[in-house]
Amino acid sequence: MTDNGRPRTLFEKVWNAHTVREQSDDTPAVLYIDLHLVHEVTSPQAFSMLRERGLMVRRPDQTIGTMDHSTPTTPRNEQGIIPIADAMAALQLDTFSRNCSDFGIPMYALGDEHQGIVHVIGPEKGLTQPGMTIVCGDSHTSTHGAFGALAFGIGTSEVGHVLATQTLLQNKPRTMAINVEGRLGEGVTAKDIILAIIARIGIGGGTGRVFEYRGAAIRNLSMEGRMTVCNMSIEGGARAGMVAPDDTTFEYMYGRQHAPSGTDWDAAIANWRTLPSDAGAVFDQEITLSADALIPMITYGTNPGMGMPITEAVPAPADEPDINKKSALDKALAYMDLSPGQQLLGKAIDVVFIGSCTNSRITDLRQAASFIEGRKVADSVRMMVVPGSQQVKKQAESEGLDEIFRAAGAEWREAGCSMCIAMNGDQLQPGQYAVSTSNRNFEGRQGKGGRTFLASPLTAAASAVSGVIADPRVMLAN
Amino acid sequence: MEKLRHIEGSIVGMPVNDIDTDQIIPARFLKVTDKAGLGKAAFCDWRYLEDGETPNPDFILNRPAYAGASVLVAGNNFGCGSSREHAPWALLGAGFQAVISTDFADIFRNNALKNGLLPIVVDRDTQQQLFSLADEDPGTTVSVDVEAQALTLPDGRRVNFPLDGFSKYCLLHGVDQLGYLLALEGDVQAYEASKPQRVTTTV
Repeated sequence: MTDNGRPRTLFEKVWNAHTVREQSDDTPAVLYIDLHLVHEVTSPQAFSMLRERGLMVRRPDQTIGTMDHSTPTTPRNEQGIIPIADAMAALQLDTFSRNCSDFGIPMYALGDEHQGIVHVIGPEKGLTQPGMTIVCGDSHTSTHGAFGALAFGIGTSEVGHVLATQTLLQNKPRTMAINVEGRLGEGVTAKDIILAIIARIGIGGGTGRVFEYRGAAIRNLSMEGRMTVCNMSIEGGARAGMVAPDDTTFEYMYGRQHAPSGTDWDAAIANWRTLPSDAGAVFDQEITLSADALIPMITYGTNPGMGMPITEAVPAPADEPDINKKSALDKALAYMDLSPGQQLLGKAIDVVFIGSCTNSRITDLRQAASFIEGRKVADSVRMMVVPGSQQVKKQAESEGLDEIFRAAGAEWREAGCSMCIAMNGDQLQPGQYAVSTSNRNFEGRQGKGGRTFLASPLTAAASAVSGVIADPRVMLAN
Repeated sequence: MEKLRHIEGSIVGMPVNDIDTDQIIPARFLKVTDKAGLGKAAFCDWRYLEDGETPNPDFILNRPAYAGASVLVAGNNFGCGSSREHAPWALLGAGFQAVISTDFADIFRNNALKNGLLPIVVDRDTQQQLFSLADEDPGTTVSVDVEAQALTLPDGRRVNFPLDGFSKYCLLHGVDQLGYLLALEGDVQAYEASKPQRVTTTV
């Protein structure tokens, strides 16, 4: 598909197909939104604004709600109910229920069989589709780009704009191709790819840009793996990351509740096959990584860009020529209580968290479970496994994964954001160290004073059974 | 939104790169359903000691010399991370009208502009000069002319900063962007008529 013969990128095709009004010198582009995902934390003030102005939700039939951020993940009580201990969270969840009900938005409430993390349920239900524009008041909306959608996080004012008009004002971002060539080795996963990318470009490296992940190693990833990669685009500063749809995409989508069916399915596939970037399409910027050279990654600092191959040593601020970067590293190491030159392998940890919109899907749980099976979580470690949705939980239980985790001494919990955001009772205690499959290691992110090492589900599982940060490749080889 | 034409205020420096929105306001304060009172939570985990109440005397915003500062000068890449609009709400609640940095994360910049908190992008030398001024001479004031997109330093030097025309119009006139979008209803209907609906959530 070309525009006057000029080859176009995947991003340009989706952008152009959704432009209600072109960008001008005076105004940003007006972009039509196909799907709006809403949750309890970033929507209440937007609904209040609608009420104040007497506005309706323009397209409730293109909007869907779920409860995920402030929901507890504690096991159900005897009545099958997940108790909410926090009064403020309870009020926020009640407010969300009322808002969705008043404005006609379908919503999955806490404990519903389809409830879960917003970025897990969209794809799971077939709502997330190639070529769509998708937004949510959550920066990890970039996840949905794994399907070749243009998906990005927005603030609460913008949530209000989309609720009221189904459109957004947007300045057109630049494009950046990230080629990941070659093949991943044993014990190396999608999470390691994205942590390596962010370590290379830095957490502001993608500001103002949309990533397109390309190359053999991306093509060989499962949809879940692609979602892991796209999910953390925002940690590289890019609001959106995309992967061209292909047979892997279509196989994942086929038969899902909201996916097209029958002859619509064939027509949809024909359309989706026109989406990938044309040969010769030009990106504003391009980088290439070799998957062959990757090993498991881990972060040592207080942002996701502070990551390194797990066998390396913590960098020394004295070696950093940039004074601002040096002071950031000083501050990070002080917070993490780590020393320059220290090896992280063998570092004692307190908690392992497997979950979040980055790594809570069925393949993530299968990977962790296959590693844990027949082993025990170290006595000194609390391991929490939090499925991304009720459907993931159900699937995992049907495969017996919950039994594997429980037998090893891990906690098997209800679906939600849990310890990734620590606003729901699941949190680190001050000073504790966690190996976490989530997406942010910011100061206090997993609980005030808590210290986070970001890593893959395999590295997290290896560390859980070792009681210290461990390289999964070593244990896989034994 | 109030009109924002001029800012005249004293500066306070936080020479830390990559200040993320979790630092600006930790997630545990996001259980609110309105925007009120978030100023207290701004930089909460840096601002208070472990009990969460006693001011940390070492934290810059707690030093009496910087009381009343309304222009925050920050390290590079301010506002990265979470999309929470609570971050600009908290900064406004804490008395800030503008943040100066070399660059801002995209979502934070959008959120700030929609609330009348002005993100001012300056070159690195200006940023460093402002850090020095704030450090050496607490109470140093700067002035900002939104219309002219100009920041005036105490030595009289004027530094221009980028601001897209649409955001500027909204700031100067105290209008939000929603009115503009609502007025495009005809265009949106025409768009919808020209394309099949991509997905329906209600069935």
